[in-house]
Amino acid sequence: MKELRLMKGNEAVAEAAIRFGVDGYFGYPITPQSEILEHLMAENPYPKTGMVVLQAESEVASINMVYGGAACGKRVMTTSSSPGISLMQEGLSYIAGAELPCLVVNVVRGGPGLGTIQPSQADYFQSTKGGGHGDYRLIVLAPSSVQEMYDFVGLGFDLAFKYRNPAMLLADGVIGQVMEKVEVDDYKPRWTDEYIKKSFPWATTGKNPNQPHVIVTSLELDSARQEQVNLRIQAKYRECEKNDVRFEMLHCDDAEYIFVAYGSSARICQKAIEMGREKGIKVGLLRPITLWPFPTQILRELSYKVKGMLAVEMSAGQMVEDVILATENRIKVEHFGRFGGIIPSPQEVVTALETKIIGGK
Amino acid sequence: MNESIIKPENLVYRRTPVLTDNVMHYCPGCGHGTIHRLIAEVIEEMGIQEQTIGVAPVGCSVLAYNYLDVDIQEAAHGRAPALATGIKRLKPDFFVFSYQGDGDLAAIGTAETIHACNRGENITMIFVNNGIYGMTGGQMAPTTLEGMKTSTSPYGRDIKMMGNPLKITELLAQLPGTIYVTRQAVYKPALVRKCKTAIRKAFENQRLNKGTSFVEVVSNCNSGWKLPPVEANKWLEENMLPMYPLGDIKDVK
Ligand SMILES: Cc1ncc(C[n+]2csc(CCOP(=O)(O)OP(=O)(O)O)c2C)c(N)n1
Repeated sequence: MKELRLMKGNEAVAEAAIRFGVDGYFGYPITPQSEILEHLMAENPYPKTGMVVLQAESEVASINMVYGGAACGKRVMTTSSSPGISLMQEGLSYIAGAELPCLVVNVVRGGPGLGTIQPSQADYFQSTKGGGHGDYRLIVLAPSSVQEMYDFVGLGFDLAFKYRNPAMLLADGVIGQVMEKVEVDDYKPRWTDEYIKKSFPWATTGKNPNQPHVIVTSLELDSARQEQVNLRIQAKYRECEKNDVRFEMLHCDDAEYIFVAYGSSARICQKAIEMGREKGIKVGLLRPITLWPFPTQILRELSYKVKGMLAVEMSAGQMVEDVILATENRIKVEHFGRFGGIIPSPQEVVTALETKIIGGK
Repeated sequence: MNESIIKPENLVYRRTPVLTDNVMHYCPGCGHGTIHRLIAEVIEEMGIQEQTIGVAPVGCSVLAYNYLDVDIQEAAHGRAPALATGIKRLKPDFFVFSYQGDGDLAAIGTAETIHACNRGENITMIFVNNGIYGMTGGQMAPTTLEGMKTSTSPYGRDIKMMGNPLKITELLAQLPGTIYVTRQAVYKPALVRKCKTAIRKAFENQRLNKGTSFVEVVSNCNSGWKLPPVEANKWLEENMLPMYPLGDIKDVK
């Protein structure tokens, strides 16, 4: 029997990091995710697993400490919430450009600016379209339960190392703060330095005699070579789109209408489906688990079968653009959302479906 | 050439193998090349080439990784001390150094610099102060002297308008996290030898695990200062050194 724990989403991230064998965590406090750093400091994993935990002077510093560790082939991560993630965009661009793996967790709060500490999903564009400068993507996972907050730490690292690219968990204040039952793993040992040196020739692990030294950089001044770097990165992204799209479908078999929602909005939609179906509306849910790569193909297939889709997001309408692109104007697609930290009720979602999609022209 | 004079006892100079064969891109007379060589020689003499990880900055020395034959990471502008922190924390048995110019270390990266030193990261920080932004074409730096002309202070640095030259090295010496803080120069052979001793000490200190070692090297920028090398060195001595005097500022035994 696996061990069961009652935990907040934020604590689950911290616990997963320790048990997965993460080497380093660098972070700066910000609501609604400060419990991650607090939990790690309280657990003090260093004597037990050798995991380093350090409070940095800013998110700019955190992400660059992550760069330093990631370039050594270590499994390193940072976590923050929206304003802090904005500060990390420079670092993320450099990490993607240098093709390094790492994990970043964004427990999103409402913006713009200092905004509010209440939950939001308004960082979708920033997370899925690049965020910093240059042509790059983050691999973005959207947990919708505390269990997934736990599980996606390991999955995020696996994908980050598979593609040598930063991965992000895009959560929101609800998933970070809510307490749920979580099945936790046994402690996995951290990778040994020998294993890292053998497995990751791109990492700075100390120069090998009679071999060229390792340079980790995102700089390539020669345009022809810089284009090659970009093409290589893009080829990697096409592979990721082919192999690692993840999503969940609920009640889609007989559905005439589809909610498209991730994270806590998907949880609200589950209730809205129950309420809708009681009224005789055949509605299902497509929940993207990877926001990038986006589940374009399945949405395209569904667009041949259903009458309309409602993208439910706690934002002014961001993911809805990707749903429209995927469904190629074949059917009616609308957005429903509350923002500024307000969580929509299932009743509001059903009403939006009725007025914007079913009743709408 | 008379081959018979090629004997070990006649050797006066040998290029360290810790420098690569790549031709350096630095302007003639620039101090960066000399400072690279000193770091490379120290690494060779300490026998730590395979246990050293460096961090290069954004600035003229952005390509330091092409010349120093150790594993090396290229940081974003100003962030080298944060990278060095991440490396050293995760690889405490390694010798870790950062290499930065004055714009990188004392303007855009001030926070990372101060906090790495304040935590007493067990690393060696090399700070090359040429009083100007060399790479971007000679703009005003935090260390630009009062009245000094640069492309963004074309009438001379006006303290009221543009603020004061920043003596960041003195500031860092105030922090309990630093154990060795020194200011050196490389425009004369005797000073080159002194500077090497300081860099050696700053690397050796990592064995003690007591805090941060910080070596400022006051250097020239012929192109940015618009002076030929010899005149630039004279200008350095007469103008930079009164503001940035050489010598150890802090040496915790
Ligand atoms: C975020 C960011 N801002 C600005 C620049 C442009 N930039 C490149 S190097 C540099 C100044 C470098 O000056 P310094 O650190 O004094 O080094 P030097 O070139 O003189 O050796 C600047 C402003 C940049 N690369 N990144």
